Amino acid sequence: MALIETSQMEKKYEVGDSIVHALDKVSLQISSGEFVAVMGPSGSGKSTFMNVIGCLDEPTAGRYLLDGIDVSQMDRDALAEIRNEKIGFVFQGFNLLSRTTALENVEVPLLYSKSIPKNRKDMAREALKLLGLEDRQQHHPNQLSGGQQQRVAIARALVNNAPLLLADEPTGNLDTKTSIEIMELFVRLNEEKKITIVLVTHEPDISTFSKRIIRFLDGKIVSDKENRS
Amino acid sequence: MINLPSTVKISLRALRVNKMRSALTMLGIIIGVAAVITMLAVGKGASNKISEQIATVGSNLIIVIPGSTTTGGIRLGSGATQNLTRADADAIKNECSAVSTTAPILNGGAQIVYGNQNWATVVYGTDESMVVVRDWTLATGRNFSDQEIRSAAKVCILGQTVVDNLFGNDDPINKAIRIKKVPFTVIGVLESKGQSMMGQDQDDVIYVPVSAAQRNLFGRTHPGTVRSIMVKAKSTEDLERAETQIKELLRQRHRLGPKQDDDFTVRNLTQMMQMAEQASRVMALLLAAIAGVSLLVGGIGIMNIMLVSVTERTREIGIRMAVGAKSWDIRTQFIIEALILSLIGGLIGVLLGILAAELLSFFAEWTILISTYSIVLSFCFSGLVGIFFGFYPAYKASLMNPIDALRHE
Repeated sequence: MALIETSQMEKKYEVGDSIVHALDKVSLQISSGEFVAVMGPSGSGKSTFMNVIGCLDEPTAGRYLLDGIDVSQMDRDALAEIRNEKIGFVFQGFNLLSRTTALENVEVPLLYSKSIPKNRKDMAREALKLLGLEDRQQHHPNQLSGGQQQRVAIARALVNNAPLLLADEPTGNLDTKTSIEIMELFVRLNEEKKITIVLVTHEPDISTFSKRIIRFLDGKIVSDKENRS
Repeated sequence: MINLPSTVKISLRALRVNKMRSALTMLGIIIGVAAVITMLAVGKGASNKISEQIATVGSNLIIVIPGSTTTGGIRLGSGATQNLTRADADAIKNECSAVSTTAPILNGGAQIVYGNQNWATVVYGTDESMVVVRDWTLATGRNFSDQEIRSAAKVCILGQTVVDNLFGNDDPINKAIRIKKVPFTVIGVLESKGQSMMGQDQDDVIYVPVSAAQRNLFGRTHPGTVRSIMVKAKSTEDLERAETQIKELLRQRHRLGPKQDDDFTVRNLTQMMQMAEQASRVMALLLAAIAGVSLLVGGIGIMNIMLVSVTERTREIGIRMAVGAKSWDIRTQFIIEALILSLIGGLIGVLLGILAAELLSFFAEWTILISTYSIVLSFCFSGLVGIFFGFYPAYKASLMNPIDALRHE
């Protein structure tokens, strides 16, 4: 079964008098266990696509099924619940809570679970360990390197055992060496943990780590093919 | 469901980061709560003291004393004449409808001797109504009988101070004491009342029948005259009416023409004390107004700081929403933050208020009364202020769009 299934999905913005089609009748399927790179120039609609499939934004038309659930007509709080259970986010700017330790940062999604797990500290510790950060638990974000911060963010995305990981330019703020490390980490998570990864990037080098590449232009999918490199 | 301990922890951390700002924000609440505590402590202390004194002096009390007279252009002080009589007292009792009862007073200082002890005090010649008028209770023994008053019996009722000084631990009942060398038998002892409003020892007193006082102790040129008359009105509402009735009656009895001044003075003791009570109530009201304004200003301060905080932490809100925080979670977090701010302020205010009240009582020697009720009230009120003024910023935060919030720099 497809984890993500969109049909004729549209997103329109009104800018002054004109209407911008950020997403124009996008229909696609992403199966469980895939590793997809979404590419395209800025303004192509790839970020809007990420926001919509990440349940941060609602499509203006069309249908979007996430894990078999129609989320296109849900209200804010229901979407928050879906995000909490199904999706882990990794952002370009890491988006960690400053003044909060690595361990507590990883713990945050668990605090908003429907039933707050009692062993959430252990769960957070486990996620950090998976990313090789067990000795950085009590560090604050500003005491960590960029690569370490991004790994804390990935641990946070994984802690709830969400089936889908959405990464928006995850290597944008990192040097080449660290970028490769992070991408290898994504490959490992995808292969070992069978986590579905959708990654937005504009760097061709980064997209080579994925198994499938989707290209956007002017809100439309212009190419969708397997990555054989 | 929200996790309260971790929310409180998050809030405390956020407040700690801006220590100065948090402290200044609390100041309004601190001052407001401290003012409430001090005001209630002082107000309650004062009104308690006053009502206590009203109770010891006797409720609904009016005192009639002779007025001043002018002899050949020379005005003599009040009480210089002796124009009040026992008959006046009886007439007031019988003819004034607002009056419950009266007691005549013929008093003077005297040396009292019992065995080898002696004591100087004030002896009051009066009648059996005195106990009622002054709201005395008899500790032991009995009141005067009608017969004893009429026959000028040499019996007396002692105040506690006199008993302590003359008898020590002995039982004074049926013992004979000598007042100005005249033997009197003790028939009763009064329950202690303590000090009066002016600091007088109210228990340093001896009551004897007015007739005996006149015949054996303070002989007067005009038989039947008394120093003053104590009047008890039927109720507090009747006080003013009683005063008017007494004035009318005495003017008539003393045959005063319409152009002549009163030759007596009527004083309403209860009214005087009620005025004192009213003054303290005005003071309390004033402090309450200050407290209210301060709490309002404090609340606005909290709202202001929370709005700043919400804007500053837009990104944090975005992150929390992205990982699954619902509107309710965000709202609760900021309301709890405002609540903590105001409750810490409230707590400091309570402590400061108690300190201020204690200092007032220590240095200014004011009577204070800090009640648990006032502490709970002001503490809860500070919490309410926090919730009330924290709601709008929290509501604003909960309505943010996660995408915009995440992009916020």
